[in-house]
Amino acid sequence: MGLLSNKNKEVLAGPLSKNNPVIVQMLGICSALAVTSKLEPSIVMGLSVTAVVAFANVIISLLRNTIPNRIRIIVQLVVVAALVTIVSEVLKAFAYDVNKQLSVFVGLIITNCILMGRLEAFALGNGPWESFLDGIGNGLGYGIILVIVGFFRELFGSGTLLGFQVIPQSFYEIGYVNNGLMILPPMALIVVAVIIWVHRSRNKDLQEEN
Amino acid sequence: MKALRNYLDKIKPNFEKGGKLAMFRSVFDGFETFLFTPNTTSKSGVHIHDSVDSKRTMIVVVVALLPALLFGMYNTGYQHYLAIGTDPGFWMTFIYGLLAVLPKIIVSYLVGLGIEFTVAQWKNEEIQEGFLVSGILIPMIVPVDTPLWMIAVATAFAVIFAKEVFGGTGYNIFNVALVTRAFLFFAYPAAMSGDSIWVRTADTFGIGGGQVVDAYSGATPLGQIGIAAKEAIGSFQTVDILGNPLTTWDYFVGLIPGSIGETSVIAILIGALILLCTGVASRKTMLSVFIGGAAMAAIFNAIGATVVMTVSPIDHLFLGGFAFGAVFMATDPVTSARTETGKYIYGFLVGAMAIIIRALNPGYPEGMMLAILLMNTFAPLIDYYVVDANINRRLKRAVK
Repeated sequence: MGLLSNKNKEVLAGPLSKNNPVIVQMLGICSALAVTSKLEPSIVMGLSVTAVVAFANVIISLLRNTIPNRIRIIVQLVVVAALVTIVSEVLKAFAYDVNKQLSVFVGLIITNCILMGRLEAFALGNGPWESFLDGIGNGLGYGIILVIVGFFRELFGSGTLLGFQVIPQSFYEIGYVNNGLMILPPMALIVVAVIIWVHRSRNKDLQEEN
Repeated sequence: MKALRNYLDKIKPNFEKGGKLAMFRSVFDGFETFLFTPNTTSKSGVHIHDSVDSKRTMIVVVVALLPALLFGMYNTGYQHYLAIGTDPGFWMTFIYGLLAVLPKIIVSYLVGLGIEFTVAQWKNEEIQEGFLVSGILIPMIVPVDTPLWMIAVATAFAVIFAKEVFGGTGYNIFNVALVTRAFLFFAYPAAMSGDSIWVRTADTFGIGGGQVVDAYSGATPLGQIGIAAKEAIGSFQTVDILGNPLTTWDYFVGLIPGSIGETSVIAILIGALILLCTGVASRKTMLSVFIGGAAMAAIFNAIGATVVMTVSPIDHLFLGGFAFGAVFMATDPVTSARTETGKYIYGFLVGAMAIIIRALNPGYPEGMMLAILLMNTFAPLIDYYVVDANINRRLKRAVK
């Protein structure tokens, strides 16, 4: 079995679209609403979660045969908490402003449903390399949605992208106004809903029967 | 009339399946049934076999809205000429208002109907007529100086996200016109609240230019009460835009600044009469909204801790969008409660919530929009428990 066999490719690429944690499994919605009012924190949050999921997956996968089944949740929490602390300290050291914008949500990665979901559903039953790919895939699948939502919210809500003015000043002079609702969390929910709408209409097999 | 019918019959084959304009079938169908009542009624099932379909019902609501709309146009001109200190006579005043309001109506209908027609064509359905009423309500519940593009964006948002995603006319949870207003209110707060937007001081299409007089201040009576609420109670008096004191009678007539259609209680009452006589709107809902509002205002009067709490119940019902919301928005048959007992509960809570928001929320001087939207959410729940209680009551009777 090669490092990137077809099965592994599926493990890596599946969560990006067909099995996306946010828009198909509806996990991690809370932080997707909270941190996406600007593009930069969205990107940083996506990368942080990717790093935490990937390494937590690897560690739990390595330990999976030695963890007693009855205390596995506690072990998982310890591993995740340690990784989240590392990420948090790194952000404080190298990206202090973003860290302040993300505020408690870096610490709250520990409660992100995607993490426990992947550890329980994948890392406990697969080898380290597959678990690593699964973590990267799910983290990026989460990150992609955050970046899309953050892109539209910052563009229409503040007229900027990554802090740079994108909508030209002449627009404002003829009467254009930034959409204040885009900054508020309800609009993040609607943007996520639109992404789901587009995604489902392109993937007919994901549509629920009613 | 005959000629129009003949013309429609002549061009009809073009829109049938296989005709060269088949892609506009739903558009044709929409206009045909709008102009002429269809001869066909449902043949089977428990339907009311009547030619008064929802298009005819909607038209009654539009007719009922006309007095408030026409008064709103006149008032728009009246406030403008008051602000610049000239009096050009009745007709010029009305024409100024007409020119200021008409573009909003056109934009609202173009955007809303455009989306409805597109969706109907796309899903291969008949055009639904719900937007006939929403389209005229939207321009009436915004301030006169709201930019047209904002109305277009908000209308598109409301029609797509409050209506089409739920399945179109008759399936929406929230009142579409109020979602439009709520979107405007939260997305563009600077254009929807404050002192400078309720009276147009600039000219409209070159008519009515002039300098604003010195004493001018464009705050609405509710806006003034909202500002005064932050200060201690003293002798408080609402004033018109030139600083003259206003009385309850002025609130009733409605020559005061406010959203276009909401100011005149007289015009709204004429509309209410039309709706009640034709049986289009529920008198239970309408009545209980007023009762709920008055009761809540009376309670706050008894407390009387701030300026807004001391406003009398009558003034509360006449001011702002309360009467307009009670008559035209709370009675929306789709989004309000449907059970007969439920209508009383729903209406009472709408009225009470509106006054609570006015009195206790320092951020919003007006609470009618949020009160109705909030109760829209609870209408199905109210219905559920009313039906449930009914079942239990009858069950007890049967068991005995």
